[in-house]
Amino acid sequence: MQRRAANWAEFLGEKLLFCFGISALVLLLLIFLMLLKEGVPVFQHTAPTAFLLGHRWLPLSDIFGILPLLLGSLLVTLAASVIALLLGIPTAVFISEVAPRRLREVLKPLIEMLAAVPSVALGFVGLVVVGPLLREWLGLDSGLTALTGAVTLAFMSLPTIVSIADDAIGAVPSSYRDASLALGATHWQTIRRVLLPAARRGIFAAGMLGIGRAIGETMTVMMVTGNAAVIPKWPPLCRFWEAMAEFPGLEGFRATLDYLLAPYFDSVRTMTATIGAEMGEVVWHSGHYHALFAIGLVLFLITFFVNLAADLAVGRR
Amino acid sequence: MREAIRQRMWFALFASCTAVVAAPVVVIAGLLLWRGLPALDWAFLSTPPAPGMREGGILPAIVGTLWLAAGTTAVALAFGLPAGIYLSEYAPRGALTRAVRLAIVNLAGVPSIVYGLFGLAVFVLLLKRVTGGMSIISGSLTLGFLILPVVITATEEALLAVPQTLRQASVALGATRWQTTVRVVLPNAAPGILTGFIIGLARAAGETAPIMFTAAYFYLRHLPTSLQDGVMALPYHLYVVATQIPNYPAAKAWGTALVLVALVFAMNLGAVLTRARLRRRRRW
Repeated sequence: MQRRAANWAEFLGEKLLFCFGISALVLLLLIFLMLLKEGVPVFQHTAPTAFLLGHRWLPLSDIFGILPLLLGSLLVTLAASVIALLLGIPTAVFISEVAPRRLREVLKPLIEMLAAVPSVALGFVGLVVVGPLLREWLGLDSGLTALTGAVTLAFMSLPTIVSIADDAIGAVPSSYRDASLALGATHWQTIRRVLLPAARRGIFAAGMLGIGRAIGETMTVMMVTGNAAVIPKWPPLCRFWEAMAEFPGLEGFRATLDYLLAPYFDSVRTMTATIGAEMGEVVWHSGHYHALFAIGLVLFLITFFVNLAADLAVGRR
Repeated sequence: MREAIRQRMWFALFASCTAVVAAPVVVIAGLLLWRGLPALDWAFLSTPPAPGMREGGILPAIVGTLWLAAGTTAVALAFGLPAGIYLSEYAPRGALTRAVRLAIVNLAGVPSIVYGLFGLAVFVLLLKRVTGGMSIISGSLTLGFLILPVVITATEEALLAVPQTLRQASVALGATRWQTTVRVVLPNAAPGILTGFIIGLARAAGETAPIMFTAAYFYLRHLPTSLQDGVMALPYHLYVVATQIPNYPAAKAWGTALVLVALVFAMNLGAVLTRARLRRRRRW
């Protein structure tokens, strides 16, 4: 149907195009292989289980246990995702369904602006504004805690969550909405019983991408979480039981909440912040260097699977 | 009636969530202007920091970031443009193409610090002879690959938006697929490609983690003279003055943040304006 290449130059051009065409795949493989090559040597020194589950990260004494860093990342990401989802999904619903057209035209670019702010600038604001505020309000010794990190990170991932969830709600066929309204459902009933269930895959993907963004973020957490490489401390469990025995009911609920949130008022250090803070001073090709690459490998694998989950949720188009 | 009240309550809740999300954007913008503007004067923008950092301006950081942006442009264009063209115009349906698309989505999710590690291992250490170690070349390659998924996706989408009829007309006149792509499809897709590209570049200009070990230095007395030189960079400089230098004057830190954010916003604005302007010339 179509004429093939007219001369050898076009032929060469098309072959070159193919080489560049698959560059993304090659790059992804190359990143993975490089992380393996530079990260795996640490396992000659520290067994993989000791690396993943060791609870001390003391690079100066060649002790590389990343459990505190893993938990630090998990703690901050978990809270950031909860905050971001609790705020982000209602915001998406408001923007796509409730807000009058003119308000929508203002809100959308405003939230997209947040996505354009460099992470280091958000970290700076977290450091000099959010941290001191939280310290004042909560009466903490230092404002640089897991909670500060979570709040700042939540605002980093909010634009992703809002815009993807908004798209997902907007993509629900309007016949669904019309049918629901025609049956006499109110606008809210339609949103809750028809639109949100129909958009759930997209909303799930929004959540996963937000989480992926939060767990891989470096600069903000490096600046605002205080960076203590110790396992986040919960108060002794017995104290929790005592509180529960003493105050059942509503007070007990508060005690549970207090207990669960306790580590958020301490300084933590995430995997990303560890790489960021230590790679600059490390001796190249030393044990410490390889350990930091191994952390990079763990991060790569975590984000890979989180993103894959998001893909699978929205995929099958 | 109860339903109406319930609906009103939920919508009020949603509105307040939206306010909580939107308000900080306004507050941050206000703070940046209010605290940062007083620090901005010509001397701050046009002098290097004095040793000890607390005196002087941010000129080398601005210059470094511009160098890195230029290098990133070259890298991202060299790889992203052909990759987008291939995917939109040539790629057959098949396992390989599907794998490439999956790779693009996953590349977009790779943490920026991991790109930094990759850049360190490959460009700074392995290819030191060519790149000069920590340098503009190493940093540009790292940042260029970081925004590759954005550039490829934008290019592909812009090309796919060109109506099929234009391609058919060109082919009917006897043009080869290559001629059709280069002479007909590409010029018509240029606005979209340019827009996506500038958005990617704006992201690269604000990134810190990928250049921390590949290009950016804490302090350099001289401006770079070759592509193999290291540079100071605005985002890294902001990190340094905010966390590594005790008693750094707050006004200057805010000023640095303002310059960085303004630069990135200016790029994004440029993207929006380019799109609007070139769209008006569209012929279909």
